Amino acid sequence: MDNNLLKEELIRISGAKPVKCMSCGKCSATCPAYEQMEYHPHQFVNMIANGDIEPLLNSKSIYKCLTCFACVDRCPRGVEPAKLVEAVRLVSVRKQGNNHLTANDIPQLLDEEIPQQALVSAFRKYTK
Amino acid sequence: MKFSYYPGCTLKNKAKDLDEYARKSALALGVELEEIENWQCCGGVFTTAKDEIATKLSSVRALKQAQDKGYDLVTVCSACHNVIKQTNFAMQDEEFASKVNNYNGEVYDGSTKVYHYLELLRDVIGFDKVKEKVVNPLKGKKIAPYYGCLLLRPNGVMKMDDPENPKIMEDFIRAIGADPVYYANRNECCGGYVALEDAEQAKQSSNRVSNNAVNCGAEVIVTACPLCKYNLVKNGSKIPVIYFTELLAEALGVKEN
Repeated sequence: MDNNLLKEELIRISGAKPVKCMSCGKCSATCPAYEQMEYHPHQFVNMIANGDIEPLLNSKSIYKCLTCFACVDRCPRGVEPAKLVEAVRLVSVRKQGNNHLTANDIPQLLDEEIPQQALVSAFRKYTK
Repeated sequence: MKFSYYPGCTLKNKAKDLDEYARKSALALGVELEEIENWQCCGGVFTTAKDEIATKLSSVRALKQAQDKGYDLVTVCSACHNVIKQTNFAMQDEEFASKVNNYNGEVYDGSTKVYHYLELLRDVIGFDKVKEKVVNPLKGKKIAPYYGCLLLRPNGVMKMDDPENPKIMEDFIRAIGADPVYYANRNECCGGYVALEDAEQAKQSSNRVSNNAVNCGAEVIVTACPLCKYNLVKNGSKIPVIYFTELLAEALGVKEN
């Protein structure tokens, strides 16, 4: 998809406003998944604002965000980075055959105690 | 006092304690919880996307049923509470609601009042009344409240407490006669469902929380979230992690009933 169209699509899905970002970096500083991410929350905001979206779509970073809303609540500008990460993840998993998790993957991931909540949450985030 | 009650999938299975002690304690406090009929799983996490309709339907059905019966809706699980409350907020937008209502074939407008069980204790029953009903005060017990992410954020929607300096769980701990332990990471994420595919990430996040609680002198951690409990225990918390409803039932003297 054309980069500008993709950017518009992400803004439409998320309802977030990357253009309001003043690059303070607080979202990444407070992110519990920071160390595991190739691209960090502030980079998602910046790269989407600049239409540089393909690298995000192809990065495992979209599966590291847990939508804990720390970046959303602590952003001084109301940018809502987690909603942008979610939008990129959805654009990826909505593609035919692009589910990040399938039912066949589940048996080997289970242990006796794992709550149902973990499974339904993962399916909701990783799968369409 | 009667309320509609949404237990959720995990409370019927791996987190039966959370549900059972919530019901017993409610009875002891004079509150009747009527389970929503044929409730469906909330999905565990809220999908923030503006164009996601199907993922909101189960929550809307529960909210609508409570409204039809004329009751406010009570939740216990942090995840169910977060999803249902955020969905309720989304339904206050007329354009979004019209799409969901087209699917469900009935009209709902986001007006059901949703209480987390902790809010029920604070806002409806009152912590002072809870304190009066305590027969077995947990004196001297040092308890670390663990809020995690789901109860407090996004604050504009959840509105449970100050998201950076909450006190509802601390006040609850005082009401049952114990001492709350303050620690920095009480409102940080445990790693959530990433435990499924990246155990190391969940371990890092969980250990940050449980080690912080231990270092601040806690003997036990309380939570309202089955996944927080799982992650903290699985990743070697040095102190026990239990549901807040279990402590409440113990303090009210109804744990073994």
